[in-house]
Amino acid sequence: MWEYTDKVLDHFRNPRNVGTIKDPDGVGEVGSMACGDALKLGFKLDKQGRIADVKFQTFGCASAIASSSALTEMIKGLTLAEAEKVTNQDIANFLGGLPEQKMHCSVMGREALEVAIANYRTGKTSKKILEGQVVCHCFGVTEDEIVRVVRENRLTTVEQVTNYCKAGGGCGKCRDEIEAIITRIRDEEPAVPVTPQPGPSLTTLQKIRLIEETMEKEIRPALKKDGGDIELIDVVDNRVVVALRGMCANCQVARFTLKDVVEAKLREFVAPNLVVEEAHP
Amino acid sequence: MRTVYLDNNATTQPAPEVIEAMLPFFTELWGNPSSMHVFGGQVRRHVELARAQVAALIGADPSEILFTSCGTESDNMAIRGAVEAANAPINVITSRVEHPAVLEPCRMLKEHGVPVIELEVDGKGQIRLDDLRLALSRGRAVVSLMWANNETGVIFPIAEATELVKASGGIMHTDAVQAAGKLPIDVRHLPVDLLSLSGHKLHAPKGIGVLFIRRGTRIRPLLLGGHQESGKRGGTENVPYIVGLGCACKLAARALGDEITRVAALRDRLQAGILAACPDVRVNGDEAHRLPNTLNISFQYIEGESILYHLSDCGIAASSGSACTSGSLEPSHVIRAMGVPFMAAHGSIRFSLSRYNTAADIEYVLENLPPIIKKLRVISPFAAP
Ligand code: FES
Repeated sequence: MWEYTDKVLDHFRNPRNVGTIKDPDGVGEVGSMACGDALKLGFKLDKQGRIADVKFQTFGCASAIASSSALTEMIKGLTLAEAEKVTNQDIANFLGGLPEQKMHCSVMGREALEVAIANYRTGKTSKKILEGQVVCHCFGVTEDEIVRVVRENRLTTVEQVTNYCKAGGGCGKCRDEIEAIITRIRDEEPAVPVTPQPGPSLTTLQKIRLIEETMEKEIRPALKKDGGDIELIDVVDNRVVVALRGMCANCQVARFTLKDVVEAKLREFVAPNLVVEEAHP
Repeated sequence: MRTVYLDNNATTQPAPEVIEAMLPFFTELWGNPSSMHVFGGQVRRHVELARAQVAALIGADPSEILFTSCGTESDNMAIRGAVEAANAPINVITSRVEHPAVLEPCRMLKEHGVPVIELEVDGKGQIRLDDLRLALSRGRAVVSLMWANNETGVIFPIAEATELVKASGGIMHTDAVQAAGKLPIDVRHLPVDLLSLSGHKLHAPKGIGVLFIRRGTRIRPLLLGGHQESGKRGGTENVPYIVGLGCACKLAARALGDEITRVAALRDRLQAGILAACPDVRVNGDEAHRLPNTLNISFQYIEGESILYHLSDCGIAASSGSACTSGSLEPSHVIRAMGVPFMAAHGSIRFSLSRYNTAADIEYVLENLPPIIKKLRVISPFAAP
């Protein structure tokens, strides 16, 4: 069984706002039986232009039903401008999270809402129209849609893209193209490195600061849990001399901690050639 | 809450007698059956008794029974072992609806250049013997066809297929994992060369399987590293599980008559009850040739995972061929190979019974299932209002 949150199960067992609206202002239909899930969403606005009522019908698994139900609860009372801002991640968050492989259910909700709003504004079809180039023919997913889920959810692998919008989950022929799209987006907006990438030009002072910072963030919290602590004594070339304090000071396991954890962390975050040594009292 | 377990094609409850038979082999009789002392000797006798019990269930000679770790290993060994032992080029013939334990090794062989033919099935999930004839005409082949399908329960014409294969000089393997204990099997009258069984599908625990290897069949071992099992499979025998499987086979042989008839009647009652209570359903698979315990049924307009979760809320365990339940995005390869329309494929549910089910179980399902179907159809955009 999937690991659904209680909120997902609640919205699945007791879906809110099921049905169709009489004379709706906007209707959106996405998905198909072939794909295994489909959602039809309709809303009615009040005089102030807020969503007064919204109803849905879903064909799909437990998380598809829950995502649809959650979406209707989230957008009730919003203006269309506000509702438009709801992302698939918002839907997933509202439900306390969805299994990664089920994220496409939240994307389906967001899409249906967009189609419904477009239907209201333009009076054009309530069905999703595929604009632009279709990349995945098995599931009818366009390049634009893939670009969007990759950007909005910061996806980095084809597998993730499949989880989020199904593209690539059928015959697999489109996987290379998805890979290319991901690479293109990554190249466009180079990932901001989470930690500074010190080059060989690191001055000793910079190195010491970085070591202290890494110890503070990455190492100390874990040691403190066990009542221990660590202190930086000296940095000589590649040798980092430290002393263990508190509970760690007399601990047999500490030597392992030193070698395995501290050194690994410092090598990862500061420089790959660092060697950690224990100061001799 | 009442629980009703109807997922016996996935795994079965170990019989209490089986567990009891196994226990001494964890505590007192823990010797290695290969050892030349009393610890080993005592144990060896029980392994051989179990071998005879398994052989008796399928009409084999005990020397033709090889213990493996699971049905998947048996299937792998049968197919790869037979192809590797053939010292001339050989084809592989199988069907589109086999268990992955057969399909995957066949596809691996294909990548290595072995010609592999996958027979299509018709709308009822049946192969056509003419297709097999044609495939056999292309040269000598290792043929692997399942006796009965795990998802639909459809029984292949194994006797006829075996006859064709043997007449062509080929090697015949059948994956009888689902058939054993549900249908009579007698290899004295059915000249298959290789046949796979799995313990946990017939009330033994997981972790034990069997490959029947007819005397004289050439086969390469999969596991090297010991003289055990007449040199066909290295590795110290899994004694407690072998003993358990022997006991399970003894019980299964006993249940083959009246008990299976009773299970079939329960399944039929379930099917009739659902058809009467729910509109727009279809039974998947050849009803005239179907395991007595299996019902695969599609509920139009709704999706399998949703049905399973609601059933589970009522304590009822079943399974589905829908995409969502597997974590893949496409419905089961068996259902698709049969050409079942997408909608029905996504809404397919498999109920599989065992001799531990009662009439009250079935009535409980028939009470709880129709409201679930109704409720989900209200939510569905495809259902007629
Ligand atoms: S085209 Fe994308 S999976 Fe088939």
